[in-house]
Amino acid sequence: MHKVLKYSFYDLGRSRWSYIYFLFYLLLGSVLLFLNNDLAKAVITLMNVIIILVPLIGTIFGVMYYYNSLEFTELLLAQPIKRRNIFLGQYLGISISLSLSLFLGIGIPFLLYGIFKSTVVFDFIFLLISGVFLTFIFVALAFYLSLRNENKIKGFGYAVLLWLFMAVVYDGLFLMSLIIFEDYPLDRFSLIGTLLNPVDLSRTLILLKLDISALMGYTGAVFKNFLGTSLGMIISLFSLLLWVIVPVLAFLNRARTKDF
Amino acid sequence: MARGLRTISFLFALLHFGNLFSINVCESCPISSIEEALKVCSRGDTIQLASGVYKEHDLLIDKPLTIIGTDLPTIDGEEKGGVFRIEADSVCIQGLRIINVGVSFTSDHAAIRVYRSRDFIIEDVQLEKLFFGFLIEKSSHGTIRNNQIHGLAKSEYNSGNGIHLWYSKNIRIEDNLVEGVRDGIYLEFADSVWVINNASRNNLRYGLHFMFSNHSNYNNNVFENNGAGVAVMFSKFIKMNANVFKHNWGTASFGLLLKEINDLEVIDNLFEDNTIAISVEGANRVLYSGNILKGNGWAIKVRGACYSNLFIKNQFLNNSFDLSYNSRMNDNVFKKNYWSDYSGYDLDKDGIGDVPYRPVKLFSYIVNRTPEAIVLLRSLFIDIIDFSERVSPVFTPDELKDEQPLMRPL
Repeated sequence: MHKVLKYSFYDLGRSRWSYIYFLFYLLLGSVLLFLNNDLAKAVITLMNVIIILVPLIGTIFGVMYYYNSLEFTELLLAQPIKRRNIFLGQYLGISISLSLSLFLGIGIPFLLYGIFKSTVVFDFIFLLISGVFLTFIFVALAFYLSLRNENKIKGFGYAVLLWLFMAVVYDGLFLMSLIIFEDYPLDRFSLIGTLLNPVDLSRTLILLKLDISALMGYTGAVFKNFLGTSLGMIISLFSLLLWVIVPVLAFLNRARTKDF
Repeated sequence: MARGLRTISFLFALLHFGNLFSINVCESCPISSIEEALKVCSRGDTIQLASGVYKEHDLLIDKPLTIIGTDLPTIDGEEKGGVFRIEADSVCIQGLRIINVGVSFTSDHAAIRVYRSRDFIIEDVQLEKLFFGFLIEKSSHGTIRNNQIHGLAKSEYNSGNGIHLWYSKNIRIEDNLVEGVRDGIYLEFADSVWVINNASRNNLRYGLHFMFSNHSNYNNNVFENNGAGVAVMFSKFIKMNANVFKHNWGTASFGLLLKEINDLEVIDNLFEDNTIAISVEGANRVLYSGNILKGNGWAIKVRGACYSNLFIKNQFLNNSFDLSYNSRMNDNVFKKNYWSDYSGYDLDKDGIGDVPYRPVKLFSYIVNRTPEAIVLLRSLFIDIIDFSERVSPVFTPDELKDEQPLMRPL
């Protein structure tokens, strides 16, 4: 597995797209910080970007990488290596390299700006943690979808659809159901609804750190208990972890039984 | 005969006055307690209190006099009741430290209780471990200046207020610091009150609470981190200038709560980091001008029955919601405000945006109806529907807009 991981990682390290991704974040971080001068606001803007872009890039990179390296993968499959190791290695290679681009791209300008002297350093760290989680989640989902679809176009289509669903459509449906059932107590429902979507989950996690907790706690005791305490933080982080583990197991299972 | 006697006694009193104009009280003096001093003194005397600890409570002041402490003498109420009770005009208390006022569930023990008094002055007094601080009832023309109140209130039911006015008129409350009590400054039926340059922070309930108090002015105060902020109810002709309301952050916290208010002026105040900066209900003819509302959850929440209000030259900076409205009717005017969310353009370069700004987002309308929807705050979908609503308003009041939004903060 380590060897496959290493090869995937170096392969991506030579890829132009990793650098473009890295440079994009570098530019975004620098522009936000040095033109804005308001660190707290920069973190919020960055959150909006990370929550939308990281899943999209993760999905597309994942699908692209899978289809592009399919021949190499088939070659590997002919060797006496466990399938599990091949796919896990590839998955980790791509996830780690994307996370590294994100980490460095955003971390460097903030470091230059002097984030550690500021009070928002924890918000910022949470932002990066959520970004890394989102990368791992969406690359895993992309792998699963591409393993299920031989057809490149179909795989791509499903992957983009998945992103669109998670980033936009889900919230629409969520909001609609909240409005339709507004006569009923909805606090538990809305919390569960948040846990079921990794994008919403990481958004809530960052907002909690950004002191929006009181704004959310405004609605009721359940919210207050969940969002106002560390319990909410722990459950959210745990759910994010679950969101990584389940798709990874799913695509590994798929890879084990798939007929190449 | 009676008249003659009175004249003579008056002359004696004058003589007395000459002799005992100042009574010194200290631990080794002939008079070693305040109670004794109060007994022997006559009208207009000055009681000089040397530094030390005096364990006394329920001291009644029933004649005009001045009590001055040198080097901050401490009066320890030993939690047995109130400390001073003033029932005379022209009383001045200065430079004392009063501690351990008794807590009671049946009577309002206060460090200094003023009852039916005119022209009183309470100055440079420090209170610690108190129930009520200064309790002013049916009094007028008083001054409460430069005092410090440090309470340790834990829960509302067994704590009192810092400065409490009830049925009082023409009172000046200046340069005081109140913290850790139930309501920092509480006014009920108190007209023509000047509250200037005070700091009220970390109180359990309100930093400033007033009801049925007309013709009052509130300038240059700081209200910070109070349980529910500042509440102004059932009053008219109020002026609030250059106050700071900040960090009132909690599930039911307001910077400023206005309820049933007429003819109020809110000018040049700073509202920062409050859950709701200004919550308005049934307020008419209110002028909001030159205020800075920064980083609040809701900058202004209008709950209804608010007519003829004018919002001019305010700055709305980075609030989660600039304005929340629960009805479609609007009789209030917004103009020449700066909105950090404004994304219009200014082709004629006159500093005023060419397209109007609509401060009510669709999402704030939704959150009003379904509060749980707040979990979707800052989601992409919400941004999209907010944008489309802004382009063609369907749910939010159509005429509620700032026709002349400023391009740059003032």
